[in-house]
Amino acid sequence: MSAVPETALSERTEPLLDLRDVTVTYRTSEGPLPAVRGVNLTVAPGQVVGLAGESGCGKSTLVSTVLRLQPSGAKVEGEVLVLGQDVQTVGWGALRALRWAEASIVFQGALHSLNPVQRIGAQIAEPITVHEPDLGDAAVQRRVEELLEQVGLPGARKRAYPHQLSGGQRQRVMIAMALACRPQLIVADEPTTALDVMVQAQILDLLRDLVRDLGVGLLIISHDLSVLADVCDRVLVMYAGRVVESGTAAQAFTDPLHPYTAALSGAFPRIGDPAARYAPAGLAGDPPDPRELPPGCSFAPRCPRAVDRCTEAEPPLLEVAPGRPVACIRVGEP
Amino acid sequence: MSASTPALTPRQVTRRRRADAVRRSWASFRSHRSGLFGLALLTFFLLVALLAPLLADGEGLEVTKATGGVLESPGSGGYVLGTDENGRSIVTLLIWGSRISLFVGLLATVISMVIGTLVGLMSGFFEGWPARILYRVTEWFLVIPFIPLAIVLATVLGRSLINIVIVIGITGWASTAMLIRSQTLSIKERPYVERARVLGAGRWHQMSRHVLPNVMPMVFANTTLTVALAILAETTLSFLGLGDPTRVSWGSMLEDAFDVGAMTTGAWWYIVPPGVCVVLVVLAFTLVGQALEEIFNPRLRGR
Amino acid sequence: MSAAAVPAPDPAPDDVVLEARGVEVEFVTRTGHAARALDGVDLSVRRGEVLAIVGESGSGKTTLARTLMGLERPTRGEVVFGGAPLDYSFRGLKAYRSRVQMVLQDAAGSLNPRQTVYESVAEGIRLHRRDRSDEQGRSEAELVAAALAESGLRPPERLFLRYPHELSGGQKQRVLIAGALALRPEVLLADEPVSSLDASIRGEILALLLRFRQELGMGVAVVTHDLGLAWNIADRIAVMYLGRVVECGTTEEVLTAPRHPYTQALLSVVPEIEQLEPVVLTGEVPDPSRIPSGCRFHPRCPKLADGTADRAGVAGDCVGTPLPVLPATGDHRAACHLA
Ligand SMILES: Nc1ncnc2c1ncn2[C@@H]1O[C@H](COP(=O)(O)OP(=O)(O)O)[C@@H](O)[C@H]1O
Ligand SMILES: Nc1ncnc2c1ncn2[C@@H]1O[C@H](COP(=O)(O)OP(=O)(O)O)[C@@H](O)[C@H]1O
Ligand SMILES: [Mg+2]
Ligand SMILES: [Mg+2]
Repeated sequence: MSAVPETALSERTEPLLDLRDVTVTYRTSEGPLPAVRGVNLTVAPGQVVGLAGESGCGKSTLVSTVLRLQPSGAKVEGEVLVLGQDVQTVGWGALRALRWAEASIVFQGALHSLNPVQRIGAQIAEPITVHEPDLGDAAVQRRVEELLEQVGLPGARKRAYPHQLSGGQRQRVMIAMALACRPQLIVADEPTTALDVMVQAQILDLLRDLVRDLGVGLLIISHDLSVLADVCDRVLVMYAGRVVESGTAAQAFTDPLHPYTAALSGAFPRIGDPAARYAPAGLAGDPPDPRELPPGCSFAPRCPRAVDRCTEAEPPLLEVAPGRPVACIRVGEP
Repeated sequence: MSASTPALTPRQVTRRRRADAVRRSWASFRSHRSGLFGLALLTFFLLVALLAPLLADGEGLEVTKATGGVLESPGSGGYVLGTDENGRSIVTLLIWGSRISLFVGLLATVISMVIGTLVGLMSGFFEGWPARILYRVTEWFLVIPFIPLAIVLATVLGRSLINIVIVIGITGWASTAMLIRSQTLSIKERPYVERARVLGAGRWHQMSRHVLPNVMPMVFANTTLTVALAILAETTLSFLGLGDPTRVSWGSMLEDAFDVGAMTTGAWWYIVPPGVCVVLVVLAFTLVGQALEEIFNPRLRGR
Repeated sequence: MSAAAVPAPDPAPDDVVLEARGVEVEFVTRTGHAARALDGVDLSVRRGEVLAIVGESGSGKTTLARTLMGLERPTRGEVVFGGAPLDYSFRGLKAYRSRVQMVLQDAAGSLNPRQTVYESVAEGIRLHRRDRSDEQGRSEAELVAAALAESGLRPPERLFLRYPHELSGGQKQRVLIAGALALRPEVLLADEPVSSLDASIRGEILALLLRFRQELGMGVAVVTHDLGLAWNIADRIAVMYLGRVVECGTTEEVLTAPRHPYTQALLSVVPEIEQLEPVVLTGEVPDPSRIPSGCRFHPRCPKLADGTADRAGVAGDCVGTPLPVLPATGDHRAACHLA
């Protein structure tokens, strides 16, 4: 029925998600707003990739392009390959087949993404019935209960309304929905923001188990580098729409090369570290307005290591060590 | 403003803020095509009502001074829309009728908005038995049927213009009160009202500085919708013969038309024009009201 | 930017300004049950000290802060300020609120969308006529500007006419802090001041709270679920669980040698690279209308589940014997049969 090329499924070496030089520009009344500028990113099966950066740096925008969910006023350049197909150019039929069944998104803000007047069971069942219309009602209900149990909720909770659940439970429901059609790629946008540490640990455990048991590829978005360091294989750090550093989770967190990564990693102290007592670390100032980026390196105005040269040209993302691209001209300088 | 701007006085700050808010609202209103159309239509009718003495001679309303024949059809004898059963020009009647219809509609709206807003605010903001009683009264007014009550009141008070205003005003406030009450209930739970309490504000301060300013836009938007309803109500009451018999309004024109059997004799020019005017004015107010509601209610507004 | 702050000299117990004594708060739930959100809390906030109140969501932290602020009236026990019980009359509360201030949990919602930054910050100054009583004879606008500048918003005049929707999350939080600070309170309560903010903004806001303690001698109570925050700025920590303080002591004691299994579990799940074996508790804080018998933590307690309590011979107590309320003062203490 759908036009999915078979090659996508046979070539297992291919990454599940392959973003090639993706640029997203919003049209606004005050002129074009470049929210994402030339991002490259891949997620392989069984791999967990993290995307870090503060709010407004373009994380959610990037996520929206993965299933072509960006608003109509946004222009997307570059290639967004999901299982080898360019999502931005495929036909509607292929796109529909892709959404939910091949790749799914756990959207930011679990409270607002759920329909308040529909039982959660019905909301989880919806993508299943859309993609597998032949499935009987009883089978769908069984599936819903299985999914709820898979995310650590009793199957009977399918009768609950969203407001009857706590924040952590709602986030679990969102994950169950994302799993409904057994996708190979899951994108989770800020899955633990606004949850307390214990619930955050529970959700991260759950995501880790899913990757291990189902072999899916997972892209996690967060502004908290310590969370990503905990669960990810690779981490990319974004600032003002660009990737400024990437590396393994341990490298990015414990040995940051870009000053921005260093600031993010220093924001959460190691408990027991005497140097962090009475010395909260942070960054002064706010991120720039994407419409009026500062000249040169967009991080320069907030950068503790900035020198005059930094404002001359935007530093390219250069591989300073194997697997460690960094966009900072001062890497390696004292 | 730069850092060198001398410190502004609080009054300057407030004035700038108001001007700013008005400018922003107007800017977003202008992007509503239907709202603008409604506003244009409304302006037209208001001008007609205000300039009635210039547009048509008031003597044309007097039966004794009528010059035309009985129910002349449009075009004949120089009457653009024909004449009524007394030989008066329909155009003249329409123009002067707009005055009464709009006057009754606006004044009745003012009455029902004032009562509705006060009752809604009180019953929403306060707790305990006074609020509960107000709520019950509102509910009661909401369900009592409009026409029978209006007939009773009109009979008791007598048939006059002010009475019809009062009748429409006191039968129409309940739905406004319900709307304001539900808004108030939601706004008083907002964190910024609690913040005001933390800062040491009393109930009066919370209500006047935080709740009222945040429900006012809804009141404003609701007003225009209520005007539309009030004009319809005036038409209905006049049509039923409960209006002021000495004055011409669109409703009374319709009543007269039915009385003389304009429908059966095919004198459409006596029925259609007042009907169309009512529909257009109601439409204009509704369009403006919807546009305002969309501007002021952030939930309806896209980003 | 923040390294200047040094630990507070160990404050004497008589420096206590604000106290909760056996505070209980009950809510009637929609189903008609009584939910005891606070079940006997003894706690003190001292001058020139940062106290962190930590715990999972639902453990009663916000209710405690709101009760200390006089927004919630205790069903039993009392709030004591400056040695005298809180006066709940309108005048009493108003006077109290000029001396104790609070920054509410939801920064985005705590600013009236129709008020400019200037008006939001001036609100407290106007309510308490601070422009008339200012020692330096400053005008209202000067007081507002000073409060904004002290909260790290410079130059303040540039923000006067901004509306909340034109501010970033960090700026909103600073405006709220400025509004409270303008009253020069003796105690500042901050409910989750950084949990909705970006990691990069966090440090600056925390440094601000430290500065108030340091330079103005303010007592600060920070409600948070983030133990790293407590390690960053707190002098003392009270760990809450289901309406009670279950462990209390200096930050070093509580975070480096936790005695309560609950605190140990919370510490173990702080995301870090090389960390303790994480003890992820299942489920969430129970509903306060059904407080478990014995130790309120026993249904989720890892020490009871793995038999440690049994070996120590206290398993029966854990299930059956309630623990006393922890006193507000004293050394490192924990409400646990094992401790
Ligand atoms: N629909 C939109 N129209 C115009 N600008 C937008 C839209 N959505 C987001 N933006 C802007 O794009 C930038 C990136 O936003 P977003 O992707 O949401 O960032 P993040 O998820 O990292 O917080 C921000 O400056 C934001 O204001
Ligand atoms: N107004 C209220 N009515 C009923 N229950 C409430 C109310 N406020 C808080 N609670 C309950 O009290 C408990 C503690 O809540 P809260 O103080 O908000 O915890 P925390 O701030 O630690 O997350 C929760 O179980 C919550 O459901
Ligand atoms: Mg986002
Ligand atoms: Mg809370």
